[in-house]
Amino acid sequence: MIEKADVAIIGGGINGCSLAYELSKKGKDVVVLEKNYLASGATGRCGAGIRQQWSTKENAILAIKSVKKFECLADELGADIGLRQGGYLIAIHDEEEMKQAEKNVKMQRSLGLEVEILDEQGIKEVVPILDVKGMDAIAATFCPTDGHADPFKTTYAYANAAMKNGAKIYRFTEVKDILTKDKKIVGVKTNRGEIKTSIVVNAAGAWSKEIAKMVGIELPNMPYRKEILVTERMKHIFDAMVISFKDGIYFSQQEEGQILGGIPSPEEKPGYHTMPTFSFLRHMAKTLIRYAPVLKHINVIRQWTGFYDVTPDARPILGEVDVEGFIQCNGFSGHGFMLAPMVAQLLAELIVDGKTSLPIKNLLLERFKKMKIERERSVVG
Amino acid sequence: MIVICRCEDVTEEDIIKEIKNGCTTLEELKQRLRLGMGPCQGRTCMMLALRILARELEKKAGEINLPKNRPPVNPVPLGLLAGEND
Repeated sequence: MIEKADVAIIGGGINGCSLAYELSKKGKDVVVLEKNYLASGATGRCGAGIRQQWSTKENAILAIKSVKKFECLADELGADIGLRQGGYLIAIHDEEEMKQAEKNVKMQRSLGLEVEILDEQGIKEVVPILDVKGMDAIAATFCPTDGHADPFKTTYAYANAAMKNGAKIYRFTEVKDILTKDKKIVGVKTNRGEIKTSIVVNAAGAWSKEIAKMVGIELPNMPYRKEILVTERMKHIFDAMVISFKDGIYFSQQEEGQILGGIPSPEEKPGYHTMPTFSFLRHMAKTLIRYAPVLKHINVIRQWTGFYDVTPDARPILGEVDVEGFIQCNGFSGHGFMLAPMVAQLLAELIVDGKTSLPIKNLLLERFKKMKIERERSVVG
Repeated sequence: MIVICRCEDVTEEDIIKEIKNGCTTLEELKQRLRLGMGPCQGRTCMMLALRILARELEKKAGEINLPKNRPPVNPVPLGLLAGEND
């Protein structure tokens, strides 16, 4: 193992690997420390969606810029990432949701995003298997450039490109402590030895809270178990990701033909519980069939769980905190995969140039103490 | 050509290639090749892949961890889970 690095990134998920790539591109010596294998946490368990339809302007800008990067990523990294832009169809169930949707669409369009409100007929045209009555929907918003990518392929594409640039990626390497002196980072201690560094990035997903405790920083993030299932493969029948904020459901048909989707359990409590539940399976099956009755004949082949690393306003925590050189890259609240390309660029700018091309003031940890926070409303799963 | 995972069409050659690329666990082979991610959930291929991995890494089969089992054991129709009788 190497003895020193410019930057040590804790966590080998999409955010750790994309940041390693962006930093290595800027000539930094980077090391990624992953306690398990790459994408073994939330990244490899996620719904793979990429969405630009947000209620807060900052999230929308981040997502739009991320999609621009996703569109060029395969060429830039020299590897397929399984990107498919089939759009996101967001159900609108009542007048109140309609008002919020109109507000969101107006804001999103002002940013140049192609997004429209569909009536019943429009919904059936985009996803013919949907039962609009069963969904209890009155309309939907649709953005055709939303979509999904393969989280495994994308993470490995970033990791391999980073390693080509000289980054070191250590799997099965657990950070045991973060070393500081006079409130400055001086190194990290792992189960395989120590690495001297002045910058540590906390990209440990649901375990970020534990990592921050090593330097006495208390993060407000809470880990929430989220459940997901996948069906057998079937003929390709729809392109869009279908979601509903009211029901919490999301589902899409993936590259290979399987339907992948999730829904929150009403009684879910925070904590590191990993067991999948039968109540999820029932709830998801019932809701999915209500949305798309034809799917009742399709077999579920697997269910699993992963964690959302949830902040009080459902937005990420980025940037430096009280300890000099300790950078946060966590709290993605279920949206880490889709935001990663742009977040990685911004944090690389912050670390190398000391400033970012987009303001991240409202994403700093200190917002929870000083500012009135604006909660992101557009959350599913 | 020897097919190891019939559901996802993964050959012995594919597995060896990924081990050469740095995979050292069955979980990583799953990620890279979709090995064992089809309807049989790895019941046919996982032990075969484990032996290949052990052989290529010059380890004992007992030193290789099996991936987590994920429910359900057998494929179940969504309609049945939703409580519909059809």
